[in-house]
Amino acid sequence: MIVRKSTKPSGNAKASAMQNGHAIGTRWARAGMAGLIAAGLAGCINVAAPDKPIVIELNINIRQEVIYRLAEDAAATIEENADIF
Amino acid sequence: MGRLSEMMKLRNIAISGAAAALALGAFASPVMAQRDPAYAAARSAGQIGEKMDGYIGIVGAENADLRRLVNDINIKRRAVYAEQAQQNNVTLEEYAFSAGCQLIMKTVPGEKYQAPGGAWETRTSAPPQRDSRCP
Repeated sequence: MIVRKSTKPSGNAKASAMQNGHAIGTRWARAGMAGLIAAGLAGCINVAAPDKPIVIELNINIRQEVIYRLAEDAAATIEENADIF
Repeated sequence: MGRLSEMMKLRNIAISGAAAALALGAFASPVMAQRDPAYAAARSAGQIGEKMDGYIGIVGAENADLRRLVNDINIKRRAVYAEQAQQNNVTLEEYAFSAGCQLIMKTVPGEKYQAPGGAWETRTSAPPQRDSRCP
C-alpha cells in the first residue's frame, strides 16, 4: 500500500511533463530517428586485427625497490652457486 | 737416540698431513663451483643464453640434449631462488629477476643474453641492454 502511494505522484508528474512538451518532444524524436538511420547507413565500424604480435608483459608483478634491495644478496647467491650460473 | 728419531718421524708425518689437507682444500673448492663442461661449452657457443627472468634459454635450434641441459640448470636455479626468496621475504619471480639482472651483466663477450625487447643479443665489450628495473 505504501509503495503504491509513493509511486503514483511521480508517475503523474512524468505524464504531465510529457503532455506539456509533446509537440517539441515528437519533433526531437523524429530528428533523432533520422539521425540514427543516417548513422546506421554511413557509420560502419571496422574492427581489424593488429598486424603486430600482441606482447604480454609478464613482469608486471615485479617491484623495483625489491630488485634494488636484493642486488647484494643475489650477487652472493650467484657466487656461492657458480656451477649453475 | 731412538726416542728422538721417533719424534722426528712423528713430526714429519704431521707436516705432510697438514700439507695434504691444505692442498686438498685448495683443490676441492674450485672444482665444486665450476660449470659442467657441456654447460660451459653451450654457453660459449651461443646455444644457450641468459634470460631476463633469471633462467637460461635455448637460442637457436632445439635438441633433446640441449633441452635436458637447460632444464637441469633451470630446475637447480629455481630451487636456489625459492630458498633465497623465502629468506628475503620476496616472491620467487622477484628474486629470480634480480639475479637475472646481474647474470646478464656478468655475461662475457660472445655469450648470448635476452634484451628488454625479448630478442637474443650477443654480448660485446659494451654494457648489455637491460630492463629499466635493473639496478
